[in-house]
Amino acid sequence: MQQRYNFAFFDEASKREIRRAVLKGVCIPGYQVPFASREMPIGRGWGTGGLQITLSLIGRDDVLKVIDQGADDSVNAVNIKKLVCDTTDVDVTDDTARATLIQSRHRIPEQPLTSKQILVLQVPTPEPLRSFEPSEAATRVLHAEADYTGAWLELFDQIVAYDTTVTGADHPVMVNGRYVMAPSPIPRFDNLKLDQAENLTLFGAGREKKIYAVPPHTSVRPLDFEDYPFVRERFEGVRCALCGAEGVFFDELEDEATGEVRYQCNDTAFCAARRAQQREGDAAPDGAALGPAPDAALDSAPEDAPGEEPGEEAGAREVV
Amino acid sequence: MAEALTACVAAGGEDAPQLEVRDLSLRFGRGCPACLREAPAFEGNVCPACGTVHAVRAASLEVYPGEIVGIVGESGSGKSSLMRCVYFDEQATGGDVRARPFDGGERNLLDLSPQRKRAVRNQVFGMVYQNPHLGLRMGFSSLSNIAEAMIASGERNVGVMRARGEGLLERVSIPLARATCPPRVFSGGMQQRVQIAKALSANPPILLLDEVTTGLDLSVQAAVLDLILDIRRSSNVSMLVVSHDLGVIRMLADRTLVMLSGRVVEQGLTDQILEDPQHPYTQKLVSSLL
Repeated sequence: MQQRYNFAFFDEASKREIRRAVLKGVCIPGYQVPFASREMPIGRGWGTGGLQITLSLIGRDDVLKVIDQGADDSVNAVNIKKLVCDTTDVDVTDDTARATLIQSRHRIPEQPLTSKQILVLQVPTPEPLRSFEPSEAATRVLHAEADYTGAWLELFDQIVAYDTTVTGADHPVMVNGRYVMAPSPIPRFDNLKLDQAENLTLFGAGREKKIYAVPPHTSVRPLDFEDYPFVRERFEGVRCALCGAEGVFFDELEDEATGEVRYQCNDTAFCAARRAQQREGDAAPDGAALGPAPDAALDSAPEDAPGEEPGEEAGAREVV
Repeated sequence: MAEALTACVAAGGEDAPQLEVRDLSLRFGRGCPACLREAPAFEGNVCPACGTVHAVRAASLEVYPGEIVGIVGESGSGKSSLMRCVYFDEQATGGDVRARPFDGGERNLLDLSPQRKRAVRNQVFGMVYQNPHLGLRMGFSSLSNIAEAMIASGERNVGVMRARGEGLLERVSIPLARATCPPRVFSGGMQQRVQIAKALSANPPILLLDEVTTGLDLSVQAAVLDLILDIRRSSNVSMLVVSHDLGVIRMLADRTLVMLSGRVVEQGLTDQILEDPQHPYTQKLVSSLL
């Protein structure tokens, strides 16, 4: 640990202020609590909101996992892990089950979280009504009066134009029947994981200086219309090219030379764990209960060897 | 004369007023003993002693079912301010506004909670502004603009809202091929017609029209006025029409109020006002009509 810093970088008063905002957020699910977003050694818009929550909550016994776009080893995730480790000396892990504190951008891990875990999401735009109403003063009034016409109107406008909602991520949700909330840019696929979850989920927006929360066992309902119900991204008949998993969130990868399209798990830790298990299963023949085995043809492709970096599929990764 | 007329309509008409405004006032500034008297001694609407602007002073009016009431007056006479107070765009300083379609006229709308006011705006009133930018969301499709009030009153079925929106656009003569276009790309006349369709979307019993034809060319003006009369004929909607254009008032309004410096100086049947104006200001206004 670099002793130049207090434990977890912040002074204790700062951590306390952030925890107070977190507590208020937990008390009023979905309500955006303003807080004094601190200067951080990383730029605003690069995960400072999530990082401030993580630093204010972390203790010496915590085990930290940081994901960016489903990957544990992308630059942003690695840098955040480095900063937290340098100032706390806590354990880091890729293993979702072992982590007590998970900071994430863009994904909720495939493996269901437990009541012992806290998920911290980094949020770029905490205000679900922002594109409908630019004024912060006005949106606060709309939240206070529970007037969410604007959120529904945006979805209606998308349906009019495209005959479907086009919220690729950040599909607005109604929390506990009261506040409409932006669930951070998680794909629609993950929205339903927030509903009645076992774990506490905290949302931090550093640039916008807001903290909000979804406590365990809280109802979270995506906004939709009677005749246009909410649908998740569909991956019918798709399997992971590396581990053979089905029914998870996939990255689509195109081989630029051949034009061939293949899919692999977006959650790299999930995929790696499955492949490790499969290797053990190969060694001991009784380990067959791992779900679909990968295709033999894919096994023979050396560039897909387990343990390698996932493909650089998302060249257009935005960082939050 | 006005009282006699009102009494006559109330006694003869089978219905009580849809909208009733009593002693509505809108004031910017604290006011002082000199200007808060019944009949202050200054002309215009700015108090020379304290500088308070009296935008609307103790204005009263009522609108009966199916009736169109016009308000005329020069710029700054308070006619738009009066309407904006009724629609809660502006917070009235004092007065009493009752709407029969909302709660039978039991409560003063100005005392309602913000949520109830929102409900009144969405369900009782339809508003058409002079400037379409105030009444429309220029970036959203025309259909979405029309659906907004329906969504606000709890409708959650896209098919129902789309069908109603297309019906309304047809009624205001906007081709269905343009229904998904945002009003931003429309001409002024089309924008105004979309705004009227939007105002009609929740079937409001009372329409508020603020200078709807100002700034439109003559043929489009005529089309919009025809549309308004057609709406009155077919839906028996009550309307309050603000205009500085006596031609528009002559064509639309059954009764007319004349405002000057925030006060209603004269009211009566439109023909009476135009043919036999009593107040000196009205006489000047009518005689200056080309």
